[in-house]
Amino acid sequence: MTEAFVYDAVRTPRGRGKKDGSLHEVSTLSLAATALRAIKERNNLDTHLVDDVVMGCVDPVGEAGSDVARAAALNADYGNHVPGVQINRFCASGLDAVNFAAAQVMSGQHDMAIGGGVEAMSRVGMGASGGAWPVDPQIAVKSYFMPQGVSADLIATKYGFSRDDVDQYSVESQQRAAQSWKEGRFKKSIVPVKDVNGITILDHDEHMRPTTDMQSLGQLKPSFPQMGEMGGFAAVAIQAYPEIEAINCVHHAGNSSGIVDGAAAVLIGNAEAGKKAGLKPRARIRAFANIGSEPAIMLTGPVDVTEKLLKKAKMSINDIDLFELNEAFASVVLRYMQAFNIPRDKINVCGGAIAMGHPLGATGAMVFGTVLDELERTGKSTALVTLCIGAGMGTATIIERV
Amino acid sequence: MAYKNFTVDVDGDGIALVTWNMPDRSMNVFSADVMTELSKIVDEVTADAKVKGVVVTSGKDTFSGGADLTMLETMGDTFKKLIKDKGEEEANKFLFEQSSAMSRTYRKLEKSGKPWVAAVNGTAMGGAFELALACHHRVVSDNPKLRLGLPEVKVGLFPGAGGTQRVPRIVPTQDALQMLFRGEALKADKALKMKLVDQIVPQDKLVETAKAWIKNGGKGVQPWDVDGFKLPGGPVFSKGGMMVFPPANAIYRRETYDNYPAAKAILQCVYDGLQLPMDLALKVESRWFANILKSKEAAAMIRSLFISMQELNKGARRPEGVAPSNIKKVAVLGAGFMGAGVAYVTADAGIEVILVDRDQAAADKGKAHVESVIDGRIKKGRATAADKEKLLARVKATANYDDIKDVDLVVEAVFEDRKVKAEVIAKVDAVIRPDAIFGSNTSTLPITSLAEMSKDRKRFVGIHFFSPVEKMMLVEIIKGKETGDKAVAVALDYVRAIKKTPIVVEDSRGFYTSRVVGTYIREGHMMLTEGVPAAMVENVGRMAGMPVGPLSLNDEVAVDLAWKILKATKADLGEVAIDPKQEALLEEMVEKRQRFGRKNAKGFYDYPEKGPKKLWPGIHEIVGEPRPAETYNVEELKQRFLVIQALETARCVEEGVITDVREGDVGSILGFGFAPFTGGTLSYIDFMGVKNFVALCEKLAGKQGPRFAPNALLKEMAAKGETFYGRFAPKKTEKAAA
Repeated sequence: MTEAFVYDAVRTPRGRGKKDGSLHEVSTLSLAATALRAIKERNNLDTHLVDDVVMGCVDPVGEAGSDVARAAALNADYGNHVPGVQINRFCASGLDAVNFAAAQVMSGQHDMAIGGGVEAMSRVGMGASGGAWPVDPQIAVKSYFMPQGVSADLIATKYGFSRDDVDQYSVESQQRAAQSWKEGRFKKSIVPVKDVNGITILDHDEHMRPTTDMQSLGQLKPSFPQMGEMGGFAAVAIQAYPEIEAINCVHHAGNSSGIVDGAAAVLIGNAEAGKKAGLKPRARIRAFANIGSEPAIMLTGPVDVTEKLLKKAKMSINDIDLFELNEAFASVVLRYMQAFNIPRDKINVCGGAIAMGHPLGATGAMVFGTVLDELERTGKSTALVTLCIGAGMGTATIIERV
Repeated sequence: MAYKNFTVDVDGDGIALVTWNMPDRSMNVFSADVMTELSKIVDEVTADAKVKGVVVTSGKDTFSGGADLTMLETMGDTFKKLIKDKGEEEANKFLFEQSSAMSRTYRKLEKSGKPWVAAVNGTAMGGAFELALACHHRVVSDNPKLRLGLPEVKVGLFPGAGGTQRVPRIVPTQDALQMLFRGEALKADKALKMKLVDQIVPQDKLVETAKAWIKNGGKGVQPWDVDGFKLPGGPVFSKGGMMVFPPANAIYRRETYDNYPAAKAILQCVYDGLQLPMDLALKVESRWFANILKSKEAAAMIRSLFISMQELNKGARRPEGVAPSNIKKVAVLGAGFMGAGVAYVTADAGIEVILVDRDQAAADKGKAHVESVIDGRIKKGRATAADKEKLLARVKATANYDDIKDVDLVVEAVFEDRKVKAEVIAKVDAVIRPDAIFGSNTSTLPITSLAEMSKDRKRFVGIHFFSPVEKMMLVEIIKGKETGDKAVAVALDYVRAIKKTPIVVEDSRGFYTSRVVGTYIREGHMMLTEGVPAAMVENVGRMAGMPVGPLSLNDEVAVDLAWKILKATKADLGEVAIDPKQEALLEEMVEKRQRFGRKNAKGFYDYPEKGPKKLWPGIHEIVGEPRPAETYNVEELKQRFLVIQALETARCVEEGVITDVREGDVGSILGFGFAPFTGGTLSYIDFMGVKNFVALCEKLAGKQGPRFAPNALLKEMAAKGETFYGRFAPKKTEKAAA
């Protein structure tokens, strides 16, 4: 099998995903093109070498609809010959896009491809693409559909994480993100978003609240009790996990991932294509995997997919130097750490989506770049990137520096 | 043309008045005949150039009760036969064609091009209300007794003649779903507010008003057949739709534990149908209707909750040859919660009540409870101050036994203690008429043994009410060894008078209902001792279809009562009759920890003064730490709860405690809420197949012990391929209608 190497990874900063967010004026197309243009320009890339652009996007409707990857490649002046495809595996779309690009290379059918993702949540809106899963009774009832927040609270209840546990985790996430920015750990990957005149619109993650402490989080009311009670979802959770008497609602805006806008792209290629482009490989994609997990609790897929992936790669949990698990909700990470007994200093070491936000379709590619930078910065070798996914799935990738 | 069930009169203005008036029935129902004729009428008036429009009304007091459910039973039988003869697909086609006939007739009417107006003179339920919804205009009478509704879901069906499509095209989706789910009967003013009807007019102006609408240019076109029609709740895939469907799916599961396919089909029909033009939407509804008709839930619920219940209510078990009793005055002895409840329902039925307790104050307290019940009804708008006055005038609270000397019936509801009962029986015997009947509301003491305290054992009978009496619809009549036909007949006549459903059972420890539900509670106790987490015991009980978890139920009926019964059983029948694990659990709960249940706010739950009850964390000090939930197979736990009760019922049949299978089923649903979707404890076995049930019992006996061992009757039935409803086929009475 051909080896797939990582030649570069970029991301935009993450803008607050509201009307007053800095990136609200920037379209999905422009965000995606910003990331693609950066790949092209900073690597002086001959785009004739690029066989495909794969981009994740979770709500591919309106301005994000009709294959935004192709539009973005065209808009970033990759040339008519570079095709594009938009994929959707909910929150892991960005990582799956990287994996799909890698798979094209590994299979020997493509020499070089870009995987990435984009989500302008402030403009398109979460859930704008609809879908059968929550709505069509025949699947919603069967799969115990509930909003992710209720599933996150279910994880906390089932696995015994208190409000203090999840808040503590989140305070640390904010501190790590703030420190990482202060130390310039993201410098290598961040591509500022600029206007038509070259004026910078945003050059930093603006969702962060570095001064967050236990006291300030303690004042926040849990977000999902009403959904649970009035919406009937707590009963759904209990029918899926009847050992639970009542859902302990611990999640709120301060310990859940933020809604933001952003885009990311990762350049993948075989050794020869890298040579042709005059690029030095930064890492090798060692293995990746996808899995479906129990859909009611929904967000424990990272545990299942990690087990599957390690087995496939013939590795053990101790072979991994750094873990990057998307901070969709604090309980998701706490459960993952509990399942594998992972120390806090090996996981999400630069902070995560609780502090910096989770631009759904882009996050996987973003955190992929983050952990690659961190491996290089710390001189470590191996990292595992994973995300929990709607409807109960998991995607994970192991990379290794070369 | 002449019709058997309708008259069609065309007036000078060219308006045809279609009057539905079935010759051999007190109420109009949809039979195969009626449907054929109605279809012909639609064709006839559509083809007749003289007819400008049509008004449809009824010649009875009510408009119509809906479909003849026995017709559905017949359709089901033909379907089963066709599967054998022609294969599954052909049988399915037949069922689809048959079951969609009404829907197609309504659509034909709606699209005939001529205006149809429903002149609804009285209650219109189910298919009859769907007929009105298919009409282009709906005028209803101001008759206060009139109700409109789609109650099909209550018997495991759903409105399959356009109801799931027309309602959400008239009212916003959320309200439509709620109405279809609940199957509630609406008063005219509420229906008007919801826009389900257009006008309410006095009865004598009904037809005139309906005709006037046509004369004034009313068009025969439904809003949903006009281009540009907008759904009142907005499209399914819209912000509004997203606010409705995901929670509706969750609430469906919350309310039904996904045990009721008809309710889910309503959701599915509304979801699918609102995304389609009307013709296709109706077709999709028909597909689901045929599908639900085939479900065992529909068959079981129609049989038990409709047909059998109606038969029992009409006196199916009344001994023959006993003249109807004329119950004018009833003595209720014991003015506690139970006695006062009995006094209320009796007085509410127009019967005079003498409410007796040991002193005047206690009797007055009971009467005050009667007052609080009627006050509650007034508050809800279900009764008036005048009703209250009349009701209270019928209840005399007293401590003087002389006041009961001329009663027709005594209902004794005093403390469950032989000595107390003996005293009361003696006092009553000293004063009552020799032909008066004595009914005891005991729930734990054998009737035969109490009858021995009485002067005349023939006139002594058990009349077992359920608490709260005002709400619980079942009364269990218990025949002692020597109870006479007259006593049973009077008890049945009384139960009918107070509008409850009777079952007649033979004397046995716990009679029928308490005995069977006791096995449910015991199974909960057993699971706890095995290490099943307490919350799981409770949730799985509800998921199995029971109204409350076994531990909650035990707290309600009192843990010390369960302990008392267990001790008595052990004393009377020996060690083999009880389970030592349950004995240890109850002894510890009651004797050492004084946890008696809700009554002392300490049971399997804690009952804080504020907020909801919570499972008592200390239970694990008694039974040990729970094992991980993953250890257990939820489906098997659910089965254990239902199987143990069904098995106990089968034992009751074998022992002759239950002599009519309908009573086994109806009694289990109304008495203790046994999973209604199964049709009751015996239907649960029949629909599973006796052979499969026996195999399941044996599997569970292997794991859980002999309490699951099938009895000889079941094994014999399994070997012979019999069913309860086959082997013990109840004697059929008159046809029922919904």
